[in-house]
Amino acid sequence: MATHCEEIRIGFYVCHCGHNIAAMVDCEAVARYARKLPGVVVSRDYRYMCSDPGQELIRQDVREHRLNRIVVAACSPLLHEHTFRTATERAGLNPFHCQMVNIREHNSWVATRKQDATRKAKSLAQAAIHRVRFHKALQVQRVSIRPEVLVVGGGIAGIHAALTLANAGKKVFLVEREATIGGHMAKFDKTFPTLDCSACILTPKMSAVRSHPNITLWTLAEVTQVEGFIGNYRVKVRRSPRYVLEDACVGCLECIDACVYRSPKFPDAFNEGLGKRKPIYIPFPQATPKVVLIDPATCLNLKTGKCKQTCLEACGERQAIQFNQQERLEEIEVGTIIVATGFKTFDPRRQPLYGYGTYPNVYTSLEIERLVNASGPTGGEVVARDGRKPRAIGIIHCVGSRDRKTNVWCSRVCCMYSLKLAHLLKEHSEAEVYNFYIDIRAPGKGYEEFYNKLLDDGVHFIRGRVGEVTDWAMTPEEEGRLVIRVEDTLAGCVRRIPVDMVVLATGLEPQPDAQAVRRLFNMSCGGDGWFLERHPKLAPVNTFADGVYLAGCCQGPKDIPDTVAQAGAAAAEVLSLIDKGYVEQEPNTAYVRDEDCSGCKSCIPLCPYNAITFAEDRQKATINETLCKGCGTCVASCPSGSIVQRLFEDDEVFAEIEGMLAYDA
Amino acid sequence: MKYGYFPGCSLRGTGRAYEASLLPVFRHLGIQLDELEDWNCCGATAYMSIDETSACVLASRNLALAEKAGHAQLLAPCSACYLVLNKAKHYFHEYPAMTVQVKRALQRGGLAYSGNTPVRHPLDVLIHDVGLEAIRQKVVHPLKGLRVACYYGCQIVRPYATFDDACEPTTMDQLMEALGATVVRWPLKTKCCGGSLTGTIPEAGLRLVYILCKEALKRGANVIATVCPLCQFNLDAYHHDIRRRWEDVRIPTVYFTQLMGVAFGLRPVDLGLQRGFVPFQMPASPPDEPAVAGKPVVAPPTR
Amino acid sequence: MKLDRTIRYQADSDRDFGRQVMAVPGCERLKDCIQCGTCSGVCPLSIYMDHSPRQVMALTREGFKKEVLESRTIWLCASCYACSVECPRQIRITDIMYELKQRALRDRVYPKGLPTAVLAKEFAGMVHRNGRITESFLVVLLYLKTNWLEALGQWRLGLGLVRKGRFPFKLDAIRRRAELRRMLDPEPDDTSATAPPTDRRTP
Repeated sequence: MATHCEEIRIGFYVCHCGHNIAAMVDCEAVARYARKLPGVVVSRDYRYMCSDPGQELIRQDVREHRLNRIVVAACSPLLHEHTFRTATERAGLNPFHCQMVNIREHNSWVATRKQDATRKAKSLAQAAIHRVRFHKALQVQRVSIRPEVLVVGGGIAGIHAALTLANAGKKVFLVEREATIGGHMAKFDKTFPTLDCSACILTPKMSAVRSHPNITLWTLAEVTQVEGFIGNYRVKVRRSPRYVLEDACVGCLECIDACVYRSPKFPDAFNEGLGKRKPIYIPFPQATPKVVLIDPATCLNLKTGKCKQTCLEACGERQAIQFNQQERLEEIEVGTIIVATGFKTFDPRRQPLYGYGTYPNVYTSLEIERLVNASGPTGGEVVARDGRKPRAIGIIHCVGSRDRKTNVWCSRVCCMYSLKLAHLLKEHSEAEVYNFYIDIRAPGKGYEEFYNKLLDDGVHFIRGRVGEVTDWAMTPEEEGRLVIRVEDTLAGCVRRIPVDMVVLATGLEPQPDAQAVRRLFNMSCGGDGWFLERHPKLAPVNTFADGVYLAGCCQGPKDIPDTVAQAGAAAAEVLSLIDKGYVEQEPNTAYVRDEDCSGCKSCIPLCPYNAITFAEDRQKATINETLCKGCGTCVASCPSGSIVQRLFEDDEVFAEIEGMLAYDA
Repeated sequence: MKYGYFPGCSLRGTGRAYEASLLPVFRHLGIQLDELEDWNCCGATAYMSIDETSACVLASRNLALAEKAGHAQLLAPCSACYLVLNKAKHYFHEYPAMTVQVKRALQRGGLAYSGNTPVRHPLDVLIHDVGLEAIRQKVVHPLKGLRVACYYGCQIVRPYATFDDACEPTTMDQLMEALGATVVRWPLKTKCCGGSLTGTIPEAGLRLVYILCKEALKRGANVIATVCPLCQFNLDAYHHDIRRRWEDVRIPTVYFTQLMGVAFGLRPVDLGLQRGFVPFQMPASPPDEPAVAGKPVVAPPTR
Repeated sequence: MKLDRTIRYQADSDRDFGRQVMAVPGCERLKDCIQCGTCSGVCPLSIYMDHSPRQVMALTREGFKKEVLESRTIWLCASCYACSVECPRQIRITDIMYELKQRALRDRVYPKGLPTAVLAKEFAGMVHRNGRITESFLVVLLYLKTNWLEALGQWRLGLGLVRKGRFPFKLDAIRRRAELRRMLDPEPDDTSATAPPTDRRTP
C-alpha cells in the first residue's frame, strides 16, 4: 500500500480516442509536457487507452517502472473511470490511486482551436498529476438490495415489467393513478401493423396482474414520497378513496343500473368524452380491478349528502359501497423502482388553425380510436358529431410534433397510427380517406409493408402540412363541409379538399406533472421534458438515480413493441441487481472528524439524503455512509471544517487547483 | 392617460376617416394624444424591399423622436406602421450589427435611440389600458341590431402579436360586443386583404377582397369593422371592379373607431363616415333575420 | 414542338447565393426548412405563384438564383406574415421574400410588367425625398411609370376619392428633410450601406 512517505511514481497516459481527441489536442505535446512534471516517471500517448493493449500498457509500466499512481487523460469518467480503475487494480495497485482527466467532452469536442485545446489539456493534466499524489487507498462498500420492487404506472410498460418480475418470483407493488390499469393501450381499437385487437392482447395481461400472487395492485394511488437509496427505498403511497370496497365488490354492476341518475350524464373519460357515464361507473368492461367506483365530483350523495342512495340498496348484503371511505397512506420498503408513468397526448386547441374545439367534426386520434371501437360510444359506427356519415375524411399528421412552436420532436407513433386509423375508417365507412403528412416514418418491422397495403387500399397520401381547416366554402361541393387547404408538395399545387371529418394525429408529450415526478424519484429530465436515461445507447433504461429504471413513453415517444421491450429490459436490470444481492458503492462518502465537530447541527437539514444524524451522547454529527451520495453539501457548509469527503479531501482539491494554476502557457 | 401619437401617411390620405374618428373617440374617453413632432413615413412594406437597414433607420427615427419628446408610449393606429415600428424595435434588439448601424445613422441626424419605447395599437390601449367597463359606460346609442364582422387583417396580430392571439384574436370582438353590437363568426378575420396588390396585381389582390366581403355577407354581417387604413380602402373602394370581375358583394367597411363614435353618440360627419364609398347606416330596427344573409351566388367564382 | 429540358446542372447554380441570403438578419432559419409546405398552404396568394413559397425556399437554399429572382412569387407576397407565423421551423419567410426582392431590384431582374417592383422603388424614392408618402401622388407616379392606359381605366376610383376628400392635392413632407437624408444616405466612409434609389424628380 502506498503511503505519504513513500516515493510517488506517476504514470501518465493521454488517449487519442482515434480522432476524437487527437484532431483537436496535440496529444504528443501533452505527453511531452507531463513527462517533465514532478513525480511523473512514465508519460505516454496512445491511440485507444481503453483497448486491451492500452490497459496492458498500464500494467506493464506499473511492473517495470514501479508506478504507484496512474493518471489517464481521455474521455468522461462516466464512460471509462471504471475501466481504468480496474486496470490499475489488476496491476496490483489500489483502484483509487487512479485519476481520470476528461479531455474529450470537456475539451476536444467543444473547443474550436487546437492551440487552446492543447493548452487546456496540459493544464488539466497537470492538475490531476498534482492531485493524484494525495490519493488514499480506499475500499468500496457493499450495499444489499431488497428484493421487493415498486412499479409506478399501470400502462402496458408497467404491466409488462410487473409481470416479468412477478413471474421471476419477486414481490411487486404496482401503483396506478387511474381507477384501472391498461393505460392508453386499453383505449386503442387495433394495433399496428398487425391489426391485432388491442384489448384482446392486453386484457389477458391485465387479469394476470390482478390474479398474480406476487403483485400488489393499487389503483387510484400515487407515490407521494421516496426516501432512501438503491436497495433500500422507503416509499409512501397515497390511495384515494374509491368509495367501493375492492374485496367486497363482485363487479355485478347492479349499483350502476340502480343509480338515481336514470341515464348516463357525465362525460366518459375512457371514451374521450364521446360517451357518457353515471357518477357510479366502471371505466370499461374489462377494467382491472373490475370494481366500480364513485366519482365524488358528480355523485349526489357525496356532493350534497342528499340522495336516496339506491346504489346501496342494489349492492345489498355485500355492502361494498362505503361512502365514508377515506384516503389512505401506505408505506412500503422496496429495493428498486421502475418508473413507467407514460405520456399525455398534445392538446390540439393549442393549434387553433386546425379548428379543434371550433368545428365539432374535428377529432383527435384518440377520439377516433374510441369511435371505431366496437365497444365505443357508437358501437364502432363512424358517425360524426353532427350525426352525418362522412363521405371524406382527412387525417392531419404531425399535430403538435416537429413544430418549434409546440413540440420539436417527432412523436414516432403518429405516422403508423394514422395509417392504422385510415385503414379502420375505410373499413368502417364508405369514406375517401386523405392523409396529409410531412414525411411518412415507417421504420419498424412490417411497417413499410403496412404502408404499401394502405396505398393498395386506395387511401390518398398528400405530402404537405395542412395550412388551414375552415368552414367557408368556395365551391358548391364545399358548402356545409370542412375544407382543408394544403400545398400538395409532390403534385406542386395548392389544393382545397372538402371533407366531413378531420382527424388530428396528435403527438405525444411528457405528463404535465413530469417535473414533480422527476424530483420525487431524483431523476433528470431532458430539455424536452422526457425523463432522461443514463446513456442514450448503453444505459437506455437506467436513470441517474441508482436503482431507479425507466420503461415506456415517460422516457420518450415509442410504440407498443418498443415499450414492451424496454419494460422487459428494465425488469432484467432489476432482476440482475436483486439476484446479485448487493451493489458496490463509490467510496466518495463524507465523514465527520469528531475532534473538530462543534455539534452545531447546521449540516443535518442540508443533507438531501437524510444521511446525517446527531449522536446525542457524544454531541456530534454522524454520517451514515450507506446513505451518503457524496454530494459534498455538508462539507461546504460545515463552519468548523470538520467534515471530510473521501476523494475530495482538502489536500487533494487544493493540489488540483494549484496544479491547474501552475500551468503557464 | 397620455400617449405619443404617430398618425402615419395613410391617415392623412385615403385613411382620413380613421384619424377623424380616432381623435374624437379618444378625446371622449379622456385620453390625450400628442402628435409626434416631424414624424416621417414608417417605410411600410415597400421600403423593406429596398434595404432592411435603411428601413430600420427610417422607422427608428420616429422611435428616437418619441424618446426625445419624452413619450412613454407611442400609439400607431395604422397596421403597417404598428408592424414596422415594432419590427424595427425587434431588429434593434436582435441583431447587434444592425443596432450599431441604426445608432450611427441616427447620430448623423443628431438623434439617439435606446430601443425602449413601447409601440401600441389603439385596440390594445382600449382593451388593456382603458378597459371594456369604461368604454361600456360611455355608450349612449348601443349598436343594437348591428351584425359586425370584425376584421383584424394581418399586421397587428402577425408576426409580433403582443396583445392578441395570432390565429384567433378576440379584442375587437369584445369591444364590439361592449358597444352592443352582435359579432358574427367569420373565419376570415385575420386573412389578408391583398395589401397593395389590389392596385398592382388586381386579379390577385381584388379576389381576396371579393372573398372577404362575400363570406361576411354570407354569414349575415351588415358591416365590416377594420383597424387598418389599407384594409378599409381595399374593402371599400373596389366594389365596382369586383362586380365587373365576379359579382356584387357590397358591404360597408368602417373603422372600429367610427363604430365607437356612433355608440358614444358623436355625429357621423365628425367621424368621417361620409368618406366611405359603400355608405354605412345603422339598421333601423333590430332585424330578426340577417338582412342580406344567404344571397344566391350569381356565378361560380374562379378558382 | 419545342422541348424544354428541365434538368438543373450544378454548374448553373450559384452555390453562394443560399449562403448569402441566410447570412442576412431575419433569414438565418432558412437552413432549417423541412419542405412541409405550410407556407404555401396558408399563403393567400400562393395560387398565383410560379414557384410556391416552399419551392422558393428550396431553390434559394440550393442556389438557384436566377429562378428565384426572376420569379413572380416574391412580388406576389403581400407581407401578410401568415407563413412566418405558422412555419413549424419558425422561418421568417416574409423577411426572406424582402431580401429576395432587394436582390432582384439590385440586379434589375424582376419580371417585366409587374408594377409591385416599381411601386417599391417609387415608394422609397418619395420617402427619401419628402420623408412622407402622399398616396395620391404615389399612385399617379406608379401609373405613369407602368401603364398609363390602365390609369385611365381607374378614372372612376380616382374621381370617387377626390369626391370623398381622400385624394390630397398637396404633397406632404416633413420639415427636417435634410436630417432624414443624412441618416438614410451611406456614410462617406461606409461603402457597405446601400442607399435607396435617388430619383430626384418630383411628381
